[in-house]
Amino acid sequence: MDWTELERIAAQVRGKLVELSRQAEAPHLGSSLSCVDILVAAYWKCLRVDSKRPDDPGRDRFILSKGHAATTLYTVLAMRGFFPEKLLDSFGQPAGPLAEQPAPRCVPGVEAATGSLGHGLGMGLGMALAAGIQKRNYRVFVVMSDGECNEGSVWEAALLAPAKGVDNLIVIIDYNKWQATDRSNEVTALAPLKEKWAAFGWSAHEVDGHDLRALVDVMSKVPDGTGKPIAVVAHTVKGKGVSFMQDDNNWHYRIPKADEVAAARRELGLA
Amino acid sequence: MRNAFASEITALADADERLVMLSGDIGNRLFDSFKARHPDRFFNCGVAEANMTSMAAGMAACGLRPITYTITPFVTTRCLEQIRVDVCYHELPVTIVGVGAGLSYASLGATHHSCEDIAFLRALPNMAVVCPADPIEVRLALRAAMRHNGPLYLRLGKKGEPSIHRGEPDFAIGRAIVVRPGNTVCLLGTGTILPVVLEAAEELARRGIDAEVVSFHTVKPLDRDKLRQAFAAFSVVATVEEHSVIGGLGGAVAEWLVDEGPQKARLVRFGTRDTFLHESGDQDHARAYFGLTATNIAATLLETARR
Repeated sequence: MDWTELERIAAQVRGKLVELSRQAEAPHLGSSLSCVDILVAAYWKCLRVDSKRPDDPGRDRFILSKGHAATTLYTVLAMRGFFPEKLLDSFGQPAGPLAEQPAPRCVPGVEAATGSLGHGLGMGLGMALAAGIQKRNYRVFVVMSDGECNEGSVWEAALLAPAKGVDNLIVIIDYNKWQATDRSNEVTALAPLKEKWAAFGWSAHEVDGHDLRALVDVMSKVPDGTGKPIAVVAHTVKGKGVSFMQDDNNWHYRIPKADEVAAARRELGLA
Repeated sequence: MRNAFASEITALADADERLVMLSGDIGNRLFDSFKARHPDRFFNCGVAEANMTSMAAGMAACGLRPITYTITPFVTTRCLEQIRVDVCYHELPVTIVGVGAGLSYASLGATHHSCEDIAFLRALPNMAVVCPADPIEVRLALRAAMRHNGPLYLRLGKKGEPSIHRGEPDFAIGRAIVVRPGNTVCLLGTGTILPVVLEAAEELARRGIDAEVVSFHTVKPLDRDKLRQAFAAFSVVATVEEHSVIGGLGGAVAEWLVDEGPQKARLVRFGTRDTFLHESGDQDHARAYFGLTATNIAATLLETARR
């Protein structure tokens, strides 16, 4: 599969996210759009997972710790065959399996119920250590938001993982520079973020979080030979892919109108 | 209790390769034998209980049987959200073990007291709450916990608690154990306070009141059969716990009673009052401060029985 094809897939995912937000009147569209390329790179090129055997004990684990971007995970899982794409239509509907944040085992492929921030890295660390105990060679991928780095529990896990010699764990931070109500770097002193992870003993990297090649490159090397867990600061744009949503934090909560859905799909080359 | 805990989990880990021990930087030398025998299954997680709890959930999701262990308030209320979301919401078999329950660490001050933990944890869906009364029950509860397919909270004292049982009684989560037969008053004790309850029963016996004593080790799920029997057979049923009267065993029994409707027996609850203890002093002092003494329990029940 060439890169153009992968970019087309990312655009399709984005188009679906805009539709799902409208259909279920669900917020967090900007946050969902910003991590699309990370998940597409992971699920099409890096993860050792098989939709036919979603409970294989040797599978790689992927945790979307920023659970508010659940539609991105649902859409990617559906497109990768973990469940029928038609099920996406039930997103947010009463008694359906697909809530605005993922519930435990809601659909095949969802490894953890997230939504409360700061839980995914600790759970992922436990999974990574379990691989060592059970003599398995799977890896654990965790995607966090930059706002999530406000949580103290993130830094508890960041302190512990290198001390335990974990090298099969990678965290990718969707650094879109916004949290719910303010600029991330105005709320807390987040920058310099890569240097923080490096100082905590992680193999730290910085990439353009919308460059599929760069994402695949860094996520393909787990473990990376340093003996350390890996932290990737992925520079992203909130609302990426739709000009009138990009870097506009109103789209943390705003629901697109019908004409905005149409305009977004046109921009994404889908209509 | 903590020595019984350390020795029992070492034996269990010998037989079950899924057992993993996570400690919050506590138990100096206590786990030497475990660490020597199973170095790959012991993790000192540091003074970081939130992360320790999330890690345990991650391990359990991969098929392991993790135990988290540190001082009671820190392994329960400090990381309550991780217990709620990562462990209970996912229905994972994590055993949370608090050492120094209630007023065990009275001299360390109220930061180290734990008189609210039962209330918090029993409110969480899927969580079982077990408070062993002596070192033998600690061992039996641990064995049961490893067979239990879901979250479980085990509330331990510290060290030097007397043994109540001579041999090993039949033990099942959710089934109370009668440790002293009687026919007038029924005393339901949970956890480390049980020796005081037995002493109170002796005192009542000297005053002509024959009291049954029950180790009501499981606060959730409640042993409803035992409650039905006790409230029908006795004139007074009392709960005794080293925990607040708000939300503990007494609270749970009171809730059951309201739902069940009028009973022959009336309920009397002994526990800590709705206050922090600001004074220094050891566990006996703290128990006396809250009226958790055999003398006070017996005197109160005598008065109740006469009314």
